[in-house]
Order: sequence, then structure tokens, then C-alpha cells
Amino acid sequence: MTAVHGGVLGGAYLAGSSPVHRLEPHLKLVAVLGFALVVVATPVHAPWAWAAYGGYLALVLLAAAVAGVRPARLARGLAIEVPFVLFAVLLPFVAQGPRVQVAGLALSESGLVAAGGLLAKATLSVLAAVVLSASTEPRALVTGLERLRLPSLLVQILTFMIRYADVVGGELHRMRVARESRGFVGRNLSALRVLGPAAGSLFVRSYERGERVHLAMLSRGYTGRIPGAPAAAVPVQAWLTALALPLGAAAVLASGLLLG
Amino acid sequence: MHVPDGFLDAPTSAATAAVAAGGVALALRGARRELDERTAPLAGLTAAFVFAVQMVNFPVGAGTSGHLMGGLLAAVLVGPWTAVLCLTVVLGVQALLFADGGLTALGTNVTLLGLVAVAVGWGVFRLLARLLPTTRGGVLTAAGVGAFLSVPVAALVFVGLFAVGGVADVPVGTVAAAMGGVHVLIGLGEAAITVAVVGAVLAVRPDLVHGARALRRATLLAERPASVPAGAR
Repeated sequence: MTAVHGGVLGGAYLAGSSPVHRLEPHLKLVAVLGFALVVVATPVHAPWAWAAYGGYLALVLLAAAVAGVRPARLARGLAIEVPFVLFAVLLPFVAQGPRVQVAGLALSESGLVAAGGLLAKATLSVLAAVVLSASTEPRALVTGLERLRLPSLLVQILTFMIRYADVVGGELHRMRVARESRGFVGRNLSALRVLGPAAGSLFVRSYERGERVHLAMLSRGYTGRIPGAPAAAVPVQAWLTALALPLGAAAVLASGLLLG
Repeated sequence: MHVPDGFLDAPTSAATAAVAAGGVALALRGARRELDERTAPLAGLTAAFVFAVQMVNFPVGAGTSGHLMGGLLAAVLVGPWTAVLCLTVVLGVQALLFADGGLTALGTNVTLLGLVAVAVGWGVFRLLARLLPTTRGGVLTAAGVGAFLSVPVAALVFVGLFAVGGVADVPVGTVAAAMGGVHVLIGLGEAAITVAVVGAVLAVRPDLVHGARALRRATLLAERPASVPAGAR
């Protein structure tokens, strides 16, 4: 873990003033969720599935271009998928059903289709989520979730987690610097005798910090709710801009279903 | 490793989302009993701790390293309901900020890594804690076994979901064997890390370990004065 500028959680955010950045966060959350739903709803076995994936890809890349998210950033976001690429590569070998010969290997036809579909869908959703996190600050995401009526207690826990993730992460980082400057190298299970107590004392510090934060809040009149400004009404124009992504994807899906 | 979008079909994803929503609603009520009005700051800080500790790579031997899932660890430290909330928040942040786990699969991930892992781990932990002697060793053994079992059971529930709503036509037995085998190993790592961390907290602040309250009574440790002065409440 390195101390990223803007913190562990803020590292995903790219400052900017594009139309995507300016959209209300809850609209963006609805848009990305809607897009993911359409992508997931696309039937894998349809002959036009790959044309639809192409259409979705064009839409999400357009959104990325408008938001000013560079291809390198998108590619880095995709690294999270690697374990599933491995799983998908195995699917054609273990799946049942009729076999096809590909480069001398007998691969399952349905496994190939399923693996392709899995990879395409996961990639498209990850790209959409990368555009969301690159154009929305973590705090704005919490505001968006609040406007989408996430239970207040959950919103508060989320707020505290995002607020203190960097503090706790920073303590962890300093512990690591201290350990390694004393010559610690974790190679095998015996390293647990050092790392276990380090994580344990990190918990004790986090918990005690939580108690102090709570007392500080009580002394400022905390009664179990965090007051917020009344939410401003969202113009229709903003809804239309935000929903362009999922509605465009739905149009691609609908034309596939009707014409295919 | 979190379930991405498109891995399970829509009805299965919707069903697990409903289960997750119900479980989290229960946990929101249960956590108030565990932490009273301190729920938000303490659960938030514990979630930050779980998030941070998931970034520590613990060496598990043979040159490989793993990181903690932390379900049972959080349950033993702060109580099962609060643990469910912490893991839910951590999974949500990972899905929203790092695209780790799909948004439409968030319900599945919360069900597996939050509800199933915590419920199984905590159930085993409580059962063993009752059977074993009320000592430090007893609590640590119960925590280790609970942490160990929580991982393969969550993996097998995933295989069950995959059999019901998976998009690939894969022999369920093969997947169950492979996933189970891999996750038995991961579970051993989870158990080792959980025992090491719980043991360390028990050594310095036994009063903070929710799952060891019986131990505190049995050994008649002197109560540390509450950090909240009586008048401040």
C-alpha cells in the first residue's frame, strides 16, 4: 500500500469539470446500475450477442471520453478482473455439451460461449464503474446513496469509513515502515507473529479512535443523525444526460431482441 | 475475489439481493443492541479497519500470500451484527470505487462474504466456545475453527448459487470439488490470521473482544474504567 495523493479511496477520482463530473451523483449511480442491468440481461447464446456487446462498449467508451477518462486509466481498472479471466479460460475445458475442435483441443461449445459472455459482461460493467469512480468523489457517492434512500445508519457508517479509511490506512503504512526499517521481511507463516499483533493493535487504535470520535460528536450535539442540507430538485435535462448511457444500452438490447 | 456482473443469471442475483437486503436490515437493528448509539462511529471505524487489514498481504507459506476476508474476525471483535454491517460497507466501497465485484452482484457478494461467512463462522464459534473450557486457548481455538469453516462454506454456497443460476453448463460436482479444495487452503490462512489477530487483541485489550466476554467474567479481570465518564452519556 502506498500513500496515494488524495488518499487510498480518493485515488480512483480524477479531478475535472466535464459534463459527467457535473452530474448529480445519484443520477450517475442510477445510470451505472441501469447500464449493468442491461448488460447482464443480454442473452449470452443469442447470435447477435457480440454485436450488442460492441454497442455497449461504444456507449461506455463514449461516456469515458466525455468524462475525460484516458484509455490507460480504463485499462488499469480492468486489472481487477484477472482472477475471473483465469476462471473463464478454464470454462471451455470443464463445461459439458458438444465439443468443437479449436487449435487441436476439444473444447465445449457452450463453455466457450459462456466464457466469452462472462468476460464481455464483466469487462463492460467494470468499465462503467471505472468511469463512475473516476468522475465522482467518494463523498459525493455517499451523498448520492443517501438521496437514493439508503438507510441513514448505513450512510453514516459509510461516511465514517470513507472519512477514516485514510487515517487507519496511514497508521498501517507507518507500522509497515517501522517494521521494515527494523529489517522485517515477511516470507513464511512465522511472520504472523509480527503481523498478527500489528493488525491487532491497529484494531485497538481504530476502536479507541471510534470512541473518541463519538465523544467529540456528542459534545457537538450529535443525536444519532447527521443533519444535511435539503436536496435540490434535479432538472429533467440532467436526468436525460445521465440516463443516456442505460437508455442507449437498452435500445441496443431491444433492437437485438426485435431484429435478431 | 468477488463475484462480478453477469456471473449469475438475473433471478438468482435478484434473490440474493433480497436476502442481502433482509439480512442487512436485521443487522441494522441488531447492531444497535451491540453498540447502542455509538453504532455509526464504531462500526465505521471497524469497517475502515477491515478495509485496511484486507490490504495487508499475509504470507501463507510456499511463496504465496493471501489477505483476510475478515468476516469472523470482525464478528469476534465487535459482534456478529456489527460485523455484517462492516463487511457490507466494505463490499459496497470496493464495488463502487474499485469496480471489485459487480454492482448487480453486490447482493450476492454481501450474502456470501457478509451473511453466510459471518453466520457460519459465528455459529461455529459460539458452539465451540460453549463446549471448550472458558480460557484464552478455548476462545482462540473456537475463533480459528470458525474462521476456517466460514471460508469453504461460503465457497460451497457460491457453487450452489452457480448450479441454480450459473450461465455456464458446468458439472456441479467438479466445480464444488475445485472450489472446496482451494477454499479449504484459503480457510487455513484465514484461520491462522484470525487467531493471530484475536490473540494479540486479547493480550492487550481483552475488554474489546466481543466474543470473549465470558472469558472476562470467568477470570475476574479487573474492569478497565469505562473510557466514557458517567456524566458524558
